[in-house]
Amino acid sequence: MKDLVGIKEISREDIELILNTASSFRDILRRDIKKVPTLRGKTVVNLFFEPSTRTKTSFELAEKRLSTDVLNFSVPTSSVVKGESLFDTIKTIEAYGVDYIVIRHASSGATHFIANNVNASVINAGDGINEHPTQALLDAFTIIEKKERLEGLNVAIVGDIIHSRVAKSNIYCLTKAGAKVRLIAPPTLIPPYVPEGVDVFYSMEDGLRDVDVVMMLRIQMERQGKGFFPTTGEYFRLWGLTMERLKLAKNDAIVMHPGPMNRGIEIASDVADCGQSVVLEQVTNGIAVRMAVLYLLGGSRENG
Amino acid sequence: MDKRILVQGGHIIDPSQGIDGIGDILIEDGKIVKIVRQSDRATVNKEKDNSLKNYRTAALPHCCTIDAAGLYAMPGLVDLHTHLREPGFEHKETIKTGTGAAVRGGFTSVCCMPNTNPVNDNKTVTEFILRTTYAEGECFVYPIGAITKGQKGEELAEMGMMREAGCVAFTDDGRPVMNSLMMRRALEYSKIFNAPIISHCEDIHLSEGGLMNEGSLAAFLGLRGIPAAAEDVMVARDILLAELTGGRLHIAHVSTEGSVRLIREAKKRGINITAETCPHYFSVTEKAVEGYNTNAKVNPPLRTERDVEAVKEGLQDGTIDVIATDHAPHHRDEKLQEFDKAPFGISGLETALSLSLGLVEQGVLDMNRIVEKLTYNPSKILGISKGSLMAGSVADVAIVDPAKVFDIDAGRFLSKGRNTPFDGWRLKGRVVMTICRGKIYDWRMDE
Repeated sequence: MKDLVGIKEISREDIELILNTASSFRDILRRDIKKVPTLRGKTVVNLFFEPSTRTKTSFELAEKRLSTDVLNFSVPTSSVVKGESLFDTIKTIEAYGVDYIVIRHASSGATHFIANNVNASVINAGDGINEHPTQALLDAFTIIEKKERLEGLNVAIVGDIIHSRVAKSNIYCLTKAGAKVRLIAPPTLIPPYVPEGVDVFYSMEDGLRDVDVVMMLRIQMERQGKGFFPTTGEYFRLWGLTMERLKLAKNDAIVMHPGPMNRGIEIASDVADCGQSVVLEQVTNGIAVRMAVLYLLGGSRENG
Repeated sequence: MDKRILVQGGHIIDPSQGIDGIGDILIEDGKIVKIVRQSDRATVNKEKDNSLKNYRTAALPHCCTIDAAGLYAMPGLVDLHTHLREPGFEHKETIKTGTGAAVRGGFTSVCCMPNTNPVNDNKTVTEFILRTTYAEGECFVYPIGAITKGQKGEELAEMGMMREAGCVAFTDDGRPVMNSLMMRRALEYSKIFNAPIISHCEDIHLSEGGLMNEGSLAAFLGLRGIPAAAEDVMVARDILLAELTGGRLHIAHVSTEGSVRLIREAKKRGINITAETCPHYFSVTEKAVEGYNTNAKVNPPLRTERDVEAVKEGLQDGTIDVIATDHAPHHRDEKLQEFDKAPFGISGLETALSLSLGLVEQGVLDMNRIVEKLTYNPSKILGISKGSLMAGSVADVAIVDPAKVFDIDAGRFLSKGRNTPFDGWRLKGRVVMTICRGKIYDWRMDE
């Protein structure tokens, strides 16, 4: 495997390999000295064409823990604002001799476009409304940490599914691993076409019943008034995750959120802070999973 | 230019006169003099009438004889929907290169769309196009004017003066006339010129942000979809407005099952409308987009197998009158971008005939009907005296080798636009020679 452009492009075995590898890196992160020399001499460029704090920080930490040399390239300071095309930008970066390109871009398929045009390993850190594969992998890792498996679990993904690359990667990842996925959202936020085997619910009361995992998505403020739903107030009333609604899920259900959370819009504050919430574990696991991805992509090539 | 040309022994197809058989075409001074069918020849010879010997090479000095045995000879093709890009976007195409590509594809007349810069919304731009064509064009160009000023959909453009200057139809192609009242007025006002209003049917609210056909593949690729309904609702609206006004409506680039159904039903009810589709809507589905192929990004988008079948049925039963190219050349750099940034469009002039011949192979249409939809029908719709080999017509002839197997090589297009999803496709049947105004373009040594 040269690149990680999406979960839909990889197999169940690939997913398992990444998660197993992540688990050894997770152990390293528990140590006092967290840095290993594994990828010393390799260079990674973080190419972020969209604002990001969490994902970028997480990748950067993962890269540093593996002793790579890290270059950060973000849009406001780059030649892109001078009108350079993406093609020229990546060709320039490739000429620097980098080994990995981690990219976030607002255009779906931008990662594929880059992967097809460079020799470096390309890792998708979110492309448009397509995929965010490392988020899905860290979510899977977190679920396994809590539930010891994915196979057979009932997972509800709640919120702005249609615009969410996190939801898409999770749907592919969870279904490939044998979990049962259901989507809960207003009809306007459900994609017109959902993959086979995925159930759709318009009501929280119906959808949350007996699930093992509740995966919340961020509701973008700009969606209100655009015909997706009338107001965030009505949204919370009908689709917000409250303690009362969480009780419909299994007693030991976990609550996940990729962050940043909108308390009082998609999730009640007390739910976000309750014992069933694993939001902070997700953050920590993100580093381990990204280390695993970097390690596995680099390990398969002979250009050190 | 040869004074006399004899296209000898070809299979002549001219739906305008109901000709379908072996014969000769005699051209003199850039005009068709006569067509002599083999059957006629036999009869005449029996009667020892020597008059036909007049066109024999031996009897005619300075005559160029083209041996067309085993080839089809048909009227030069007429494209109802071409983007020549000049003025304003000469990096994509010019009148010179676009008409060069046309002739390569067997087209001898093309109708150029008004979405240039400046927009062809006044007679000055129309005159510029015709003047440039006269100086540099390789074939005939019929400008199509804008319906509204700047194609903004707000005020009617000076259609009358553009008509006088040479526009043959009106459209805001590239964008729809969203305001229904404006569309009504256009259909009413244009009645006095007997020029059709060509509608680009797209509800821009329904298609907002869309990049490909809405469906499971768009969901899979994470690309925003354009639902078939975005086209269908506007086709329905425009049919109702054509019925209301009695205006002349022509529906551009039909791509959906729903549109075909609506047009079929409207024609059955006797409403005065015509319709076109493009080779890419009956040759390929949305699957061509897989891998984020920007050369398969086109508007309306490539649809599903079901739509492709419906378009073929529409061609078969006469619901769709015309095969047009919607030739939309773009620069390589514009297509070598993120999928959402790349512009919509396919460079189509040089592949249209060969792709259309695929319909003969599939048994969808016979040769006559294909030629009719590429020559006589578009000419009739526009009211131009083209698409026919009638004696006295301008000598525009396309000569096609139906057995020629070749691989499409976009790198060798004469068009500046190499943006095609058909690059590398192996096709059967190709234009080997085009005669335009009596000038011979011979592509046989081109391989």
